[in-house]
Amino acid sequence: MEEIYQEYIIELYKNPRNYGEIPDSERAEVSNPTCGDRITLFLKIRDGIVQNAKFTGHGCAISQASASLFTGFIRGKSLEELSGVGKEDVLSLLRIDLSRNPTRMRCALLPLDALKKLLKDVLP
Amino acid sequence: MMWRKGAMPPTWREKMLDAKKIRKDFPVFDTGIIYLDSAATSQKPRQVIEAVSNFYKTKNSNVARGLYRIAEEATMAYESVRKKAASFINAREAGEIIFTRNTTEGANLVMRGWGEKNMGKGGKVATTMLEHHTNFVPWQVLAKRKGAEFAVAEITDEGLLDEADLEQKIRGASLVAVSAASNVLGTMPDTKKICRIAHDNGALCFVDAAQYAPSIPVNVKEMGCDFLAFSGHKMLAPFGAGVLYGRHDILEDMDPLLYGSEMIREVHPDHSEWAEIPHKFEAGTPAVDAVVGLGAAMDYLSSAGLENIRNHEMELVKLMLERLSEIKGLEILGPEDPGRRGALVAFTVEGVHPHDISAMLSEDNVCVRSGHHCAMPLHTRLGVAASTRASVYLYNTKEDIDALAESLHKVEKLFK
Ligand SMILES: Cc1ncc(COP(=O)(O)O)c(C=O)c1O
Repeated sequence: MEEIYQEYIIELYKNPRNYGEIPDSERAEVSNPTCGDRITLFLKIRDGIVQNAKFTGHGCAISQASASLFTGFIRGKSLEELSGVGKEDVLSLLRIDLSRNPTRMRCALLPLDALKKLLKDVLP
Repeated sequence: MMWRKGAMPPTWREKMLDAKKIRKDFPVFDTGIIYLDSAATSQKPRQVIEAVSNFYKTKNSNVARGLYRIAEEATMAYESVRKKAASFINAREAGEIIFTRNTTEGANLVMRGWGEKNMGKGGKVATTMLEHHTNFVPWQVLAKRKGAEFAVAEITDEGLLDEADLEQKIRGASLVAVSAASNVLGTMPDTKKICRIAHDNGALCFVDAAQYAPSIPVNVKEMGCDFLAFSGHKMLAPFGAGVLYGRHDILEDMDPLLYGSEMIREVHPDHSEWAEIPHKFEAGTPAVDAVVGLGAAMDYLSSAGLENIRNHEMELVKLMLERLSEIKGLEILGPEDPGRRGALVAFTVEGVHPHDISAMLSEDNVCVRSGHHCAMPLHTRLGVAASTRASVYLYNTKEDIDALAESLHKVEKLFK
């Protein structure tokens, strides 16, 4: 239990960072059909740079903590940098080992799914 | 049958189930798991595993084809399970038992074989908000295809079926689909009464007994249902063998689901004739091994006594309801009375996502299920995205419930 449910994960679940909508922004919503988790990612992009990143939605501790950390991580990055962001980046943000939990891995990667969906709409 | 009232010696009937002894028959418990997910699939006893393995070692051959000795033995073994299944649910004859893969296939067989033929534009199917997707989606699709009405009866806030609403929805319907026990709330609708109301309105009744048949005696004649389906894998049998019961005269008139081998009487270049029931519904080589295992599973259940199993489950559910009420913020879904629910309890804990609950319980080797349990309309009606479900069967003990409660206390502490 300790391995995945680190204190900082639970803390982020109870008090998420970067939670909320950004008016007038790019957005993408994704969901995980096995548990009903749902996340909407909001990005304010100016001159190809992410000025602000936030999220809303509900889900398990892993997906919520991941979204909190991930929105912080992508803030200030260029669209070009964002298209190179992948699974390893999310996992190193979370600092937990999910290699033997394929179902939980999907929760952790939900914010990344949202980013990919959003980029598909934004990038030419 | 052994378990039917009066047929069992009184001394045996009075005996309570010895779950500790029963557990020894289930090799999987050597792994140390605390298994509280039998509503998803049951564990399998040695007797069933050995029946399957003995079939392969001594009788393996295709059924209803070969004329050599082991082929005849395989056919007899397969058909003897059909007879066993018929008496297990008190059908009139073995011909009313169709082997399927599972409950879902049973529902689809009725949807295609009966529904496609008999449901017309302006027709109506009635079901309930309690249903598993298996007893919901096929009828929704049928209604859409046929331009028929799809009516869903409400549940009460307590989680019971709103019988008055169902009665209303049954009016004008030609098919009523209801489960004998809900896989989320545990609610057990009065299927006998519903079948009577259906018939009074000229409708047929399909009963989903997936969560009911594993531990409560089914009597299709007394219930009066026209169709009833269940899955072997939820009642000690291997994956791949289920049963669809259908009333003889209705089956006679129904179309097959699949066409090809095993289901024909004669094939000519310009037309074909179907085999008699139930064979016309069993196209292709069946899962003979799984059916043989289902026979061994029914023997096992009969000798333990379904009434004893049901009593044992109710005792554990009662204890579970008590222990769960200790957890802060925990809300139980469905009726509080163990006598009115099947062998499961679904719940939510305020501030903790069901996924996190089952993942944390897993760290203590406690296996429970989280999600919408294939009942999205029901969860929407309850206003929750997902829930956690713990279910028990004949091999569970009070210690398992203690382990569940202790593990939940840890969750409570961690998320405080
Ligand atoms: C009430 C109910 N109906 C139908 C099913 C579907 O069973 P199967 O997946 O074996 O077809 C289940 C089990 O998942 C169930 O609980």
